[in-house]
Amino acid sequence: MTEIRFSGFGGQGIIRCGLITGKALALYDNKHATMNQSFGPEARGSACSSQLVVSDDRVLYPYITQPEILVAMSQEAYDKYEPELREDGILIIDKDLVKPRPPRGKIKLFAIPATRFAEELGNRIIANLVMLGFFTAVTKIVTPDSMKKALPGLVPDRFLELNLKAFDRGYEYGLQVLAEKEKGQTKGKASAKKSKAKK
Amino acid sequence: MKKVKADPKGVLTGVHYLDGDYAIAEGALAAGCRFFAGYPITPSTETAERFAARIPKVGGVFIQMEDELGSIAALIGAAWGGKKAMTVTSGPGFSLMQENIGLACMMETPLVIANVQRGGPSTGLPTLAGQQDIMQARWGSHGDYEVIALAPDSPQECFDLTIEAFNLAETYRVPTFIMTDECVGHMHEKVVIPPAEEIEVVERKWYTGPKDKYLPYKLDKDGIPFMVKAGDGYRFHTTGLTHDERGYPVINAECQDWCVRHLCDKIRKNADKIIILEEDETDTAEVIVLSYGITSRVATRAVQKARDEGIKVGTLRLITVWPFAEKRIRELAPKVAAFVVPEINYGQIVFEVERCAAGQAKVIHVPHCGGWVHNPEDIYKAIKEAVK
Repeated sequence: MTEIRFSGFGGQGIIRCGLITGKALALYDNKHATMNQSFGPEARGSACSSQLVVSDDRVLYPYITQPEILVAMSQEAYDKYEPELREDGILIIDKDLVKPRPPRGKIKLFAIPATRFAEELGNRIIANLVMLGFFTAVTKIVTPDSMKKALPGLVPDRFLELNLKAFDRGYEYGLQVLAEKEKGQTKGKASAKKSKAKK
Repeated sequence: MKKVKADPKGVLTGVHYLDGDYAIAEGALAAGCRFFAGYPITPSTETAERFAARIPKVGGVFIQMEDELGSIAALIGAAWGGKKAMTVTSGPGFSLMQENIGLACMMETPLVIANVQRGGPSTGLPTLAGQQDIMQARWGSHGDYEVIALAPDSPQECFDLTIEAFNLAETYRVPTFIMTDECVGHMHEKVVIPPAEEIEVVERKWYTGPKDKYLPYKLDKDGIPFMVKAGDGYRFHTTGLTHDERGYPVINAECQDWCVRHLCDKIRKNADKIIILEEDETDTAEVIVLSYGITSRVATRAVQKARDEGIKVGTLRLITVWPFAEKRIRELAPKVAAFVVPEINYGQIVFEVERCAAGQAKVIHVPHCGGWVHNPEDIYKAIKEAVK
């Protein structure tokens, strides 16, 4: 069983991240995936999150308790949800929007300038898809094909192409980061830090 | 009871990723519901939204009403006009509907109401889960009557049980409730909608005899009277007053006895046919965890933990909450040490369990006042206490 939290602020497409990933896993990757959103008076700009419980068997308890994966697309969300992340978990941030503290325990940190990439592609509204591409590459919890298959119906038809492009941008960047991390590991930790700084 | 295959127009065959609220709307459309009247209220609004988008495409009607009193009244009218009709609400709206739910019971009107429960009383917790209207579903309106209530634990079951709710409402001519909650209502999961030819729906029992011979409350062999469509040329009378076979008011104890016994007995005597339960390892159990709706999923985690320690725990899930599964609980009570009853309220169904257990087994309540689901640990502790 894996527990995932997507977080950011209202308007970034955070709930959509949970929906797309949940649909991809449940419909195309043959998993059980239960998605719940924090349902409150969230409006554009305030903290917002969606939670996904993924399992090979039926999901019983529908909420996350201690997530293995946290995606944070805003500082507020990072501050609020980072403490609940498992010590061996994966933390994924938009590096232009979140300044992380030094990582706890064995938490693996992955960072992407998702919003900047989205702006380069023409619209910051697709930052969530850049993030999902990156998330797919670095967590490997869901296949990229399933994620792409899940998009129709969950993004407007006329923006499907753009969303796919955003996904690919994030996915490729994710593969690149992974490759660099691996290279870094064989060379030793000091140089890994260096190559990350270059990026 | 005549079963036919679902009208493919309303069936969105395929594999979907839906929340419970949407799944209710799809279940209703598959069951042949073509009339929806409602007033939006969190956390049920998504069902209304889905209806508003979908029902015009299948030739149905969506009306946003002025309030819940009007909603339920419109449903009664639509049902007598020949349509399968439903509405959706949550606690405060359910309270407002109670008067006309009684009228629908008295007039033997088939209709379906989904209550996506939130924490109460009053406006309570609009965005958070509760199971606090479960007794209200049974006793909310005044007088003696019986209803049917189902409690889904997943979006898939929201779809399946909404079809079942329509079938039961039509079979017994009674308001039927889908008592779900915010958690299931807003939870997204895979929902499989089968092809129309695999969905069986119950058709209304139409009267086809001579126009001047129709008696709206004359009981058929199965104890359920025939219906006609208002506007089809049958002259008939129906009322909330105690009435005879003709539907005319008769204000005396004899007619009241006939009328009330019929309203209750048509459900009580068919309880075995109506009730759906899900049981696991109840035959060998020392302790049975009895629950319904989302709580039964959460409870399963506690049950697994207790079983891992060698405790013989069975589970009994009330898919049908009303009519109550008294017969089965009476059978099980002498064979077990205890029933553990978690529910997201401060004590409702537990009293029914105590009544049926009748002192033959301990009954341990695990209350939760609403706002979240149980911590499985609390249910586990109650299981441990039960076998102490």
